[in-house]
Amino acid sequence: MTTFDTDVLAEPGGARPAPAEPLLEVTDLDVSFPSEEGRVRAVRGVSYRVAPGEVLGIVGESGSGKSVSSLAVMGLLPPSARVGGSIRLQGRELLGLSDVELSRIRGRRIAMVFQDPLSALTPVYSVGDQIAEALLIHGGRGGSPRAARKRAVELLDLVGIPNAAGRVSAFPHEFSGGMRQRAMIAMAIANDPDLIIADEPTTALDVTVQAQVLDVLRTAQEVTGAGIVLITHDLGVVAGTADRVIVMYAGRAVETGGVDDIFATPRMPYTLGLLGSVPRLDTGRGQPLVPIDGQPPSLVALPPGCPFGPRCPLHVATCDTAEPDLLPVPGAAPGHDAACIRVGDLVSADAEGGELAAEIYDVGETPDTAPAAPRAEREPVLAVDGLVKHFPVRSGGFFRRSVGTVHAVDGVTFDVREGETLGLVGESGCGKSTTILEIMGLEPPIGGAVRVLGADTARLSKAGRRRIRRDMQIVFQDPMASLDPRLPVRDLIAEPMEIQGYAKERIAQRVPELMRLVGLRSEQINRYPAEFSGGQRQRICIARALALEPKVLVLDEPVSALDVSIQAGVLNLLDELKAQLGLAYLFVAHDLSVVRHIADRVAVMYLGKIVEIGSVDEVFAAPQHRTRRRCSPRSRCPTPRSNAAASASCCRATCPAPRTRRRAAGSGPAARSSRPSTRGTGGGASSWSRRAAPHCPAQRANPSPTTRWPATGHASERWCRTAPPNPPPSDG
Amino acid sequence: MTTTDITDGTARVPASGGAPVDVPVDPAETQGVTRGRLVLRRFLRNRMALAGLATLVLLYALSLLSPLFAPWHYDQYDYTAFLQPPSASHWFGTTQIGEDVFAQTMRGLQRSLTIGLTTAAISIVIASLVGASAGYFGGWVDRGLMWLVDLLLVLPSFLIIAVVSPALRGDSWILFVLLLAVFAWMITARILRGMTLTLREREFVKAARFMGAPSGTIIRRHILPNMASLMIIDVTITVGGTILLETGLSFFGFGVQPPDVSLGTLIRDGSTSSLTTPWLFLFSGGLLVVSVLAVNFIGDGLRDALDPQARSARRTRRKKAAAS
Repeated sequence: MTTFDTDVLAEPGGARPAPAEPLLEVTDLDVSFPSEEGRVRAVRGVSYRVAPGEVLGIVGESGSGKSVSSLAVMGLLPPSARVGGSIRLQGRELLGLSDVELSRIRGRRIAMVFQDPLSALTPVYSVGDQIAEALLIHGGRGGSPRAARKRAVELLDLVGIPNAAGRVSAFPHEFSGGMRQRAMIAMAIANDPDLIIADEPTTALDVTVQAQVLDVLRTAQEVTGAGIVLITHDLGVVAGTADRVIVMYAGRAVETGGVDDIFATPRMPYTLGLLGSVPRLDTGRGQPLVPIDGQPPSLVALPPGCPFGPRCPLHVATCDTAEPDLLPVPGAAPGHDAACIRVGDLVSADAEGGELAAEIYDVGETPDTAPAAPRAEREPVLAVDGLVKHFPVRSGGFFRRSVGTVHAVDGVTFDVREGETLGLVGESGCGKSTTILEIMGLEPPIGGAVRVLGADTARLSKAGRRRIRRDMQIVFQDPMASLDPRLPVRDLIAEPMEIQGYAKERIAQRVPELMRLVGLRSEQINRYPAEFSGGQRQRICIARALALEPKVLVLDEPVSALDVSIQAGVLNLLDELKAQLGLAYLFVAHDLSVVRHIADRVAVMYLGKIVEIGSVDEVFAAPQHRTRRRCSPRSRCPTPRSNAAASASCCRATCPAPRTRRRAAGSGPAARSSRPSTRGTGGGASSWSRRAAPHCPAQRANPSPTTRWPATGHASERWCRTAPPNPPPSDG
Repeated sequence: MTTTDITDGTARVPASGGAPVDVPVDPAETQGVTRGRLVLRRFLRNRMALAGLATLVLLYALSLLSPLFAPWHYDQYDYTAFLQPPSASHWFGTTQIGEDVFAQTMRGLQRSLTIGLTTAAISIVIASLVGASAGYFGGWVDRGLMWLVDLLLVLPSFLIIAVVSPALRGDSWILFVLLLAVFAWMITARILRGMTLTLREREFVKAARFMGAPSGTIIRRHILPNMASLMIIDVTITVGGTILLETGLSFFGFGVQPPDVSLGTLIRDGSTSSLTTPWLFLFSGGLLVVSVLAVNFIGDGLRDALDPQARSARRTRRKKAAAS
């Protein structure tokens, strides 16, 4: 509440005079852990300071020590960790304080927002109780339990939970992911802390929800005037939120500076690589992403020299002699430091940002993936026609009567033709995954039809189903969960072939072949999945999916669980494989920039329906439906300016829930027939616009979002689009 | 807020600190081997497990072959030597009525090991079959099997064994083993069913289903190996537990009956005079400890071999890699 400065928000990254007294000052922080091989030096000499009201972004791949450095500030490291250096909060040294003393500081002076809101809230207490607990422990403003509860309602309201007074006694499982993260933020600001540490606060969330949560975080900062340390691997998050950025690699800061300087003129090859690896909405197809090859070095025994050297495209012999220090970049704004001996060469280069990255990382052009024949002449390999999936909602009583149905998928129609990629986009809970599971299940659907390579799944024999499984394979979102941890790589990749009854010799020959195809080394064949990094595991999944030479690959958010730099490698691999093997992809994602990068056609799903389908260029040029519009603003575009502007137009609503239709509530045939349907517009893109009609099920089931929208005029306007959809702009 | 999350924070730290470290690879090995052979190789690397296996095999062979070279049989009486300490003719001494302790110990070891190991094996097979299929298939399979489990759980197993075993008197030890096994698997089955319920929802099981793998294959390849740690621990406990249960039954006059002996009966008889004539029970007790320990080492080795994240198996490999 003390020093709220409007300049911070109006001008993110604006040059503000550094106050004499920093809020948090970390000097030469060293953290190491014991391990089997020796001490892992997770953080090696990191220094930074956070001013009151400042947002500091710490960026890096997983394993770069960014989380460890913040846990050290909180004093939450395991006892086996050895911490050196100095951490001063408002001039008071935190290192060496006892746990009791630290507990007094934690929660009241420093608060933390964790990555996974599901595991950070206790499931057996109501959200209100947990916020009240945070208040009562520190005896803050809510002295009595009643006052604490009242304050909890205020806090929930502040972070944008609709109907806070009612939801305060809800349990964590009744909240969506975004709402839980809002509750976590409410808890963090409950005691008006001076410093908030947000450890990947948006990584586990949907893109649309990410934008809202970042907004809330910003509001929280406005209200409390706290400094924020924002830890993330996603440069897009940092771009729109932070004032200053530290890029960490192998436990060291390799570049620091104002957010604008870092994004416009990165002076360390690693930062460049990170920037180039983010798929962007404004470039579209054709430009390959920049993957950073290799893995971070082992932090046990670092060789002398620059730790990034082995992966660096600008590597020269002198790089290996000594680790470069963090020095001011010549000719750059003050405060912009980089740790690279070849800074001078980068300064003299004339290209900027992403282009420079592509230039120095020397990525080849993506092979031309467009098949020769026009789309209409190619065979549809996967056709879904009016697919319906309903789940019954049962009452809790003894008889478990069916009291209604959740319309998870409600008449979805699309087709994927040979050699094309259809991107299926939508917020979580809109029925994407259910659609995929229905398709992959190959069972007769409740309504509608699924045809794979011309065969209707409703009329398949057991043998036919097995034959079709050969042609259609799936890659799941989380590569760790979809690989059996107890099977070595060889068995994992061989599994589909063994099921289809391939001969032993053929399998033995094909497994190394597949590993080469997806860029895994053949020495790794007898390893278990736990020994691989996230990107490599996803490559194993892809190899397994390709084992039977399928025609269609269903990709269920294949990169959303991966670091950005690794994501780029996997996306490039998918592009290459498509060109090499002529695959067709059904690519499910919630991240539009990824879809834009890889897809030929896009289908937008909302509440169990396809609301918009068309070619990538058409859909992205003229978004018709508000889901799409809501998804697009936080486009993860790693340019601070456009992001700041975009976030202003971001709608603050929470995600709508799939409808539960109660039988008594009567959505009779009359009500249904009047619902708008997908209709064709000019240019081949069809769209589904909706008026705010009284029978609109989304409003009935979840009325809270609509009550919030009128707060911002343009948002409600978008919701109540009355005009027929605009045809795509045509020159002329 | 901060207090609830310490475990989350600490659990993540080492993972992010050391996970993406590139482990040195053995460049010679590019040929893929199946899991079975990989597990075998990892098991053979574990010295303790190998020692345990060797001990168990040796003990069992010794107990089986001892009648061939031992001077006395377990049901022979030496009327010239009552309660004698170990000597050249009676290696482990004699009892109050002139029985040779060595022969008896060997006979008892053979009985106890057979009963313990077979009971544990049978019970884990039943438990994993029932638990995994109940959890995996659900529906009426689950209800039926769990009904059976509950039924067996409420039956007083000790009493039933006590009532039935006199009818099996004679040399039908296999029936006795079956009887013990029938009452030993239920709780394990329930636990395994619970684990299967969670495993069934994991994505790798879903992935296998989408590959078209039949249910039997999924259970065998994915579900059972992922529960192996618990199953192995259960087996090692059951081996010891069954030997003790058999002792208890024998004490009440059921189970192994004189003149036949088991380690249990020997310890029971010998422990009363353990201070004055320690040879009566020292050898049988020692062998019981040694054999249960051996089973435990084998179990540890198997668990480490099956579990890719087990420390010892990996450490050995690193050592080898460093040496070469």
